[in-house]
Amino acid sequence: MSAVVEASQGTAPEPSPEDAPVTAAKRWRTPIILGVVALVSLIVFGLGSKAGETTSFSISRASDFFTVDTFTLPTRTTAIVASLLALALAAYSAWAVSQSRKTGWWLPVVFGIAVMFALLAWAGGGRGATDIQITGLLTGAVVLSVPLVFGSLSGVVCERSGIINIAIEGQLLAGAFLAAVVGSATGNPYIGLIAAPVAGALVGMLLALFTVKYWVNQIVVGVVLNVLVIGVTSFLFGTLLRDNANLNQNLGMADLPIPLLSKIPIIGPVLFDHNLLVYLMYAAVGVLSVMLFKSRWGLRVRAVGEHPTAADTVGIKVNRTRVRNTILGGALAGLGGAFFTVASGLAFGKEMTAGTGFIALAAMILGRWRPSGALAASVMFGFAIALKDQLGIIGSPIPSQLLAMLPYIVTIFAVAGLVGHARPPAAEGIPYKK
Amino acid sequence: MSDDDKNPTTPKAPQGSDVTSSADRPKKAAESSVLVGGSDDGGDAPTPGVTGESGEGGEPTTRSEDARSMLRQITESSTLVVILAIVASLIIGGILIILASEEVRTTAGYFFSRPGDMLSAMWNAVSSAYSAMWNGAFFNADADSFSGMIRPFINTLTMATPLIFAGLGLGIGFRAGLFNIGAQGQIIMGATLGAMVGFMWHLPPGLHLIVAVLGCALGGAIWGFIPGILKAKTGAHEVITTIMLNYIALNFLAYLLTLDAFQRPGSDNPQSPILDSSSQYPQVFGAQYPLHLGFFVALFAAWGVWWLMERSTLGFQFRAVGANPSASRTAGMSVAKSTVLVMVIAGALAGLAGSGQILGTQPSLTTGIAASFGFDAITVALLGRSRPLGIVFAAILFGGLKASGPALQVQAGLPIDIVLVVQSLIVLFIAAPPLVRFLFRLPTPKNEKEVAV
Repeated sequence: MSAVVEASQGTAPEPSPEDAPVTAAKRWRTPIILGVVALVSLIVFGLGSKAGETTSFSISRASDFFTVDTFTLPTRTTAIVASLLALALAAYSAWAVSQSRKTGWWLPVVFGIAVMFALLAWAGGGRGATDIQITGLLTGAVVLSVPLVFGSLSGVVCERSGIINIAIEGQLLAGAFLAAVVGSATGNPYIGLIAAPVAGALVGMLLALFTVKYWVNQIVVGVVLNVLVIGVTSFLFGTLLRDNANLNQNLGMADLPIPLLSKIPIIGPVLFDHNLLVYLMYAAVGVLSVMLFKSRWGLRVRAVGEHPTAADTVGIKVNRTRVRNTILGGALAGLGGAFFTVASGLAFGKEMTAGTGFIALAAMILGRWRPSGALAASVMFGFAIALKDQLGIIGSPIPSQLLAMLPYIVTIFAVAGLVGHARPPAAEGIPYKK
Repeated sequence: MSDDDKNPTTPKAPQGSDVTSSADRPKKAAESSVLVGGSDDGGDAPTPGVTGESGEGGEPTTRSEDARSMLRQITESSTLVVILAIVASLIIGGILIILASEEVRTTAGYFFSRPGDMLSAMWNAVSSAYSAMWNGAFFNADADSFSGMIRPFINTLTMATPLIFAGLGLGIGFRAGLFNIGAQGQIIMGATLGAMVGFMWHLPPGLHLIVAVLGCALGGAIWGFIPGILKAKTGAHEVITTIMLNYIALNFLAYLLTLDAFQRPGSDNPQSPILDSSSQYPQVFGAQYPLHLGFFVALFAAWGVWWLMERSTLGFQFRAVGANPSASRTAGMSVAKSTVLVMVIAGALAGLAGSGQILGTQPSLTTGIAASFGFDAITVALLGRSRPLGIVFAAILFGGLKASGPALQVQAGLPIDIVLVVQSLIVLFIAAPPLVRFLFRLPTPKNEKEVAV
């Protein structure tokens, strides 16, 4: 019975007779999909690569404490072994389901690493001097996930209080714009970094005004605010910034390697050798994880998002909480927008966020409305983008357009229930009217 | 006015009409009822609250009272809100134009010695922008010939064609409680399939066009079916799946364009061969005007959607499911079936929007085939309050704004993006009538809060 209840929570309420088979199918869905992916990996990457070829991987840099030489593995054997490992994990998952056991979060992670390793071995096979840069790949994943992490944290903060934030894209773009303009005007990228959350918060304020005060459909406001921000920034880009080139310069923020930690092979360059924004991202994820689930503020926010009437009864100001959270969320996304300009050393370009906000939205849902989950999902997307770039450099056998689809397909599978049930905050999207 | 209306004991505005107050209601139902309810209240018919108001004071009715109540009805009508929303958007757009104008900034430097310079610079900036918009979108009074004068409006109608189709599809979705952001991807897939029919098959004239149009509809329908079936079977939220499918469609098209079969002979750019002329919509007013048959197909589709939603059993089911899925299920309707069908129909209409592009104005497949029509159509459907007639007018308005781009660029030297600003502000203001009333200091009708998108 409890399984039935669990299954019916996430989806729209279904008539109860349909629930039992659905639940049964759901339990087997994960092992089946893992098995299919592992088999495809075995056939395409393992058996599909030529026997005599080798793949070389390089992992360390000269500045590390100790260096690990570039190592070369036989392509076919590596891909087959990795695929078999993935297959074994799928089998273990099937066994766990038959025993009604739960598998930990490690299983999909190890599975993903195994399949990725098979893919890299296959893609890098027979390329001669071209190495697969594992450290570079992972560093790219962390850096590229920065706007996604801030964007999805913004979504978490807003939606936990009951406001759907589709305007993440607009908040990122506004942050990118103001960071570039203020940074260029003052000649200091760090002042631009301070300005970015202000722009995002302004968009958040508009969202709060229309959804909380005027009860307009939250998705509608979000979609329209995105168009508004694209319009305003592109218009000012085509007029103000065109006439005054000094307002839109390439600024860069220096990397601040953390002493000692940044010297560790792989982990050092991947995690501890970045500019300020990346460290701010670590801090934001950590602080929000704790605050949301361990603090009084977090409890109140979640109460407002789940059951505003009950929250109001015990004296929590529902609409005030929502307004504050929406503005805070906007500020977070705005800060993430700084990634595109001052933190990457680029000038502002028209519509330069190019849909990142929507991927952040998907990352938030994949991460089940939790800061840590949002981080994991964002890094996954970041890795996919970095992988696409890396394979583009070494000349991939897969067309880059098809590879670019991968994260979106994964997201669809995920929201369709592969990763398990995601239940949004119950009062999300409903204006609170006393 | 009847005696009842003037009766001082007439109850105050009915609080009972508060359709969306219950916070405990399932999210989906509340969302859609806000959409549907808002559009229902959007009509011009005086609601009980409005007429009841005039008698509230309980004074005997005099001629001036009558006039005042008429004035009050006018100021409280939602048509006035729409007009004022457009005015307010143009004003804010004008402020942005002034802020961005180089001339204004220069003259502002010596504002205190010669304030007139700055004021006239401001006026020039705004008036040149808006007159360029008007000339580019509706009627070019400066043109030498009659055809030159009406050409802008013909362009506008051409530009409105994909917006009508896609807006209709999205409108059906909104009324059925589905927030489909996927029109962009559906347009791309529709245009892709239509283009394949257009340049790969060589059919006799007439038949070729029909098959190509059906191909467009089929491509969009397939792309609408996926989120529909996922929503019905697994509860996957359509906002996320449709967004993802937009990106998948774009990347898929980019991939197809790298294949030899899709490569235009003698071209290095990723663009397909030009479609057979037999598969393209004929130009209705001759070759000198771009308006093609697709516009009239769109009008016919608008009528079809009106019939479907207002007159057919299926449309009633769609609306019922949108208003309250639980009640519809209790009444024996299949919510899952309705969800899938709505998405398929919405997808097919968006696919037809693709036909307006690929078989009409741009007969060669590129990654830019859908432009931004899929996203613009969302604002069109919202502005048209999801009703076919409203969508047609909204599409012509926004088509006009889009069509004015070149004129804006050439005559006023402004980027077309100002159009996006005006467009989104219009939708925001219309969605929040209380804000418009506040801005223009209009009286507040008693049932104010219900009139929200």
